[in-house]
Amino acid sequence: MQKVQNNKAWWLVLPVFLLVAFSALIPLMTVVNYSVQDIFGPGQAYFVGTEWFKEVLTNERLQDSLIRQFIFSGAVLLIQIPLGIGVALMMPKSGIKGSLCLILLAIPLLIPWNVVGTIWQIFARGDIGLFGWGINQLGIDYNYTGDTLDAWLTVLLMDVWHWTPLVALLCYSGLRAIPEAFYQAAEIDRASKWAVFRYIQLPRLKSVLIIAVLLRFMDSFMIYIEPFVLTGGGPGSSTTFLSQTLTTMAIGQFDLGRAAAFSLIYFLIVLLISWLFFTAITHADKEQ
Amino acid sequence: MRQTRSKNVGITLFILLLLTPIYWLLNMSFKTNQEILGGLTLWPQNFTLDNYAVIFTDPSWYNGYINSMIYVSINVVITLLVALPAAYAFSRYKFLGDKHLFFWLLSNRMAPPAVFLLPFFQLYSSIGLFDTHIAVALAHCLFNVPLAVWILEGFMSGVPREYDEMAYIDGYSFPKFFVKVFLPMIRSGIGVTAFFAFMFSWVELLLARTLTSVDAQPIGAIMTRTIGASGIDWGVLAAAGSLTIIPGLLVIWFVRNHVAKGFALGRV
Repeated sequence: MQKVQNNKAWWLVLPVFLLVAFSALIPLMTVVNYSVQDIFGPGQAYFVGTEWFKEVLTNERLQDSLIRQFIFSGAVLLIQIPLGIGVALMMPKSGIKGSLCLILLAIPLLIPWNVVGTIWQIFARGDIGLFGWGINQLGIDYNYTGDTLDAWLTVLLMDVWHWTPLVALLCYSGLRAIPEAFYQAAEIDRASKWAVFRYIQLPRLKSVLIIAVLLRFMDSFMIYIEPFVLTGGGPGSSTTFLSQTLTTMAIGQFDLGRAAAFSLIYFLIVLLISWLFFTAITHADKEQ
Repeated sequence: MRQTRSKNVGITLFILLLLTPIYWLLNMSFKTNQEILGGLTLWPQNFTLDNYAVIFTDPSWYNGYINSMIYVSINVVITLLVALPAAYAFSRYKFLGDKHLFFWLLSNRMAPPAVFLLPFFQLYSSIGLFDTHIAVALAHCLFNVPLAVWILEGFMSGVPREYDEMAYIDGYSFPKFFVKVFLPMIRSGIGVTAFFAFMFSWVELLLARTLTSVDAQPIGAIMTRTIGASGIDWGVLAAAGSLTIIPGLLVIWFVRNHVAKGFALGRV
């Protein structure tokens, strides 16, 4: 759409600007302020310049959780995106069955995150949970509170359970927007199922898929409550992701300076990767 | 024909797997603690509503749900009120710094709440809003407003400019046009935006918990007290968890007809 140049439009944006500036800029400035100080308590802060930033680059605990975070987010995207597309392709196209599928699929998205953790905490337990009990019954030794790999897989499974529906719903709405004529043309050409998917459905899904990847990346990178409730970050620190490390550091140990410095780097990483996705979105919008 | 059937089997299977953990929670909420810990039963042998009774008879329990509902509602209203004009500006006009502003807004959706936890606490304490519903509602605007602007902008861009011009020629003033003509045209967009704002505010706990202590405490924070000296009260925990699913179900029921289109965020 052709847009008109008009700087008065700022008046319409002003409320949003003020609101978000209030709840984003002030806290952000506070974080920046902390990040250059060593804080022992109220009124006992010393300016240390870039020391924390230098330390962050060598701090093993932070680097470990950063690596864990990247592996986790990568795994989340690799599993959820293809699975979500698959589910969307299987969903009924319309009618009461279609609406029913939509509502049922959306349920996990509407459960508070701590309850998601609680559900899996119960569900995966060997003694009182159906899932844990079932796996143990199959003769596989499974215990998510004791074994690192089991804990990892449980957190991953929980996230797949929780968020694959979002990807599926995004793709479903993308698929519904493809005109029927496209499929009829494909039928006349006797295109195979794969060809229909590869050359008709997938290209038309591009813009919703970018949104899906963007949302899933951002949210999985910030994951905190669910693993915190499920495993508490353990066993050891095997499922302690970035947010949890930072929160423990800032509130648990009151090590504000260090936590703030790393928060900023954390924010910049998310920002950089999201900027790449965002550029891809606006690019895709332009092509259409 | 066979293709459709295998598809139906596939989707049914997926949804069943999706619902099993939730069934397990429900199942557990109708059991006594003796039964829960006594052994695995696929459905409640001694069906009981005691766990729910605990919640519905104790104000410190059910107030949690009320508190959560209050701040979520305030948040949805604020989000829509500020996001609607802004989204209109972004969809219709070019102005100084528009692209940067848009990305800056979105970047707040990307800010990890953990980063803002302590500054938020200090900010709201210093202006005397700590432990109020409005504090949580404002804090949740941080991630809901950018998303709302993004979604609404997508829907509004789908409405041709000609409508704006025709209304202008017909003598509508801008506010009248916006409320009477424009908003009804993007009804489903507004419904979907409200749904997303509700969803992300309802499920968030980290900020809500940090900014409240007693008067505005969300249900998620209250749930942690089922963990007592004598272990976890599984039955009440399960009942409290089950109840948190209901508001979400109601909301999705209201917007079910717009969901298919809405999940594309107006961008298909």
